[in-house]
Amino acid sequence: MSAPQSDRLDDRIDAAWIWDRIARAVIFIGGISAIVFVVAIFVFVAKEGLAFIFEKLDLGFFFTSPEWRPAQEPKPEFGGLALIAGTASVTGLAMLIAVPFSLGVAIYIGEFATGKVRETLKILVELLAAIPSVVWGFIGLTILNPLIIDVFDVPVGLTVLNAGIILGLMAAPIMTTIAEDALKAVPDTYREAAEAMGATRWQVIRQVVLPSASKGLVAAILLGVGRGFGETMAVLMASGHSINIPTSPFDSARALTATIAAELGDTAKGSDHYKALFSLGILLFLVTFVINLLADVLVRKGASDRS
Amino acid sequence: MAEGTQPLPTPVASGSPAAAASPATAAIRVRDFNLWYGDFQALFNVGIDVTQGKVTSLIGPSGCGKSTLLRSINRINERLGYVRTTGNIELLGQNILAPGVELTPLRRAVGMVFQRPNPLPLSIRDNVLFAYRLSKGGKTDRAEEEQVIQQALEEVLLWDQVKDRLKSSATALSLEEQQKLCIARLLPIKPSVLLMDEPCSALDPKATRAVEELIWKLRGDYSILIVTHNMAQARRASDECIFMLMGEVVEHNATGEMFVTPKHQKTADYIEGRFG
Repeated sequence: MSAPQSDRLDDRIDAAWIWDRIARAVIFIGGISAIVFVVAIFVFVAKEGLAFIFEKLDLGFFFTSPEWRPAQEPKPEFGGLALIAGTASVTGLAMLIAVPFSLGVAIYIGEFATGKVRETLKILVELLAAIPSVVWGFIGLTILNPLIIDVFDVPVGLTVLNAGIILGLMAAPIMTTIAEDALKAVPDTYREAAEAMGATRWQVIRQVVLPSASKGLVAAILLGVGRGFGETMAVLMASGHSINIPTSPFDSARALTATIAAELGDTAKGSDHYKALFSLGILLFLVTFVINLLADVLVRKGASDRS
Repeated sequence: MAEGTQPLPTPVASGSPAAAASPATAAIRVRDFNLWYGDFQALFNVGIDVTQGKVTSLIGPSGCGKSTLLRSINRINERLGYVRTTGNIELLGQNILAPGVELTPLRRAVGMVFQRPNPLPLSIRDNVLFAYRLSKGGKTDRAEEEQVIQQALEEVLLWDQVKDRLKSSATALSLEEQQKLCIARLLPIKPSVLLMDEPCSALDPKATRAVEELIWKLRGDYSILIVTHNMAQARRASDECIFMLMGEVVEHNATGEMFVTPKHQKTADYIEGRFG
């Protein structure tokens, strides 16, 4: 090589180089902050609650007794069974409603609707996902409550049924969106191949599309379950908020999340009651963490299976 | 340009019973066929006859409409939703564009092999049985299925390689094996016609040869219409050849004749590689 060429490969500090470094730094901070915040929240919740769980909370009593009397003197009782049952029953009912509903809508949008109808529906579903939960709570209180009293001839309308319906409607849009993404990820060549062999639309969907999208669909359902567990305000407003192990959809119930929201403001910082509420928070955190992790693993596995 | 088609080479006498029933031995007969994708007209007054039991190749430069024509014969084109056609396509004497025609039986009568092997994400076994089970309405017994699988896979010369792993995923096979499987899964429902859209273009030379030999072996039992970009392939693996250009049929002749004495200047130019 000739001499004047020798510095060609040297790094040069010019405007492009500087902007590149700045952009990299900003993006790095943005990315890392998500992790930092999650860890920080976990540390905060754990700090307030973990010591209490190990030193004072009778875990056997917590998981078997429905007696939640955190303010009782002289000896408060921390039985979480009614709250766990409340959350589980409301979420369970919500999923019974949301799973068929959202899968049906996703299949319609993904496999049948075309053009304008499809685009309009997608926008509407996303709009539905953006309704604040307190508004859903209003609907539960003012519309569903009297409706349930009228239709089923029961004395109270703020029940597991009410909260389940509200929560189901709240979870359905996000489940629909994820499920539709899973259907869209199924290569069109599969559908074409099956149709070219004389399969009807429904046969194509049932025998080819749904099995290949199954992992993404399960992930969609799990995300809905996670949403149900974590939802607070709407459940607080619609479930009746009474400590009770529900035995029918027409019983009132109280959810873990609603308990925290309703009671935390009245407790003295550092008291046993305060710490007990953080223990509930840890339980919720663990459950939603496991559910989300499971959903994530399934989505990734689904993606790698196809490639 | 060419109105209708060129005169066909004399049909061979050894026709199947179905052929004897109809006056001519055409498995597929296309007449005055026009096709539009939205406002764009892709085919102009196409008329072809595909002789029964023969391999007919469709050649022409990219975008000349040969795949469109092929995909019109099992009406898979209509999946797009913005396709409009006029004219006639007859399959064994029956107009498949008539209003009452159901797509399901049509697609059982007309098998299609795609450019990229597209086995379904199921086991080898379920792939071979997919169309068969659909045609039987889901009522098949195990012994029957075993026989169907073995027969279909033997016919495409795949049985020995895969007989011990019928339950493993079909998408894990090599491309050559996948393409053979895609042919095998059509055979149990006994289609009258096989349409192949550049079936070897995703394969290496050795696999191409194997699939070509398979196509040649299926000739006689099936009428085969094959789209190809590969002039050498058209020459060595087809009985008749149709040359298309800009959505029109230019020439239709016996393969041997077309490659030696093409009737049209454009055919000669294309065959000799002067364009396309």
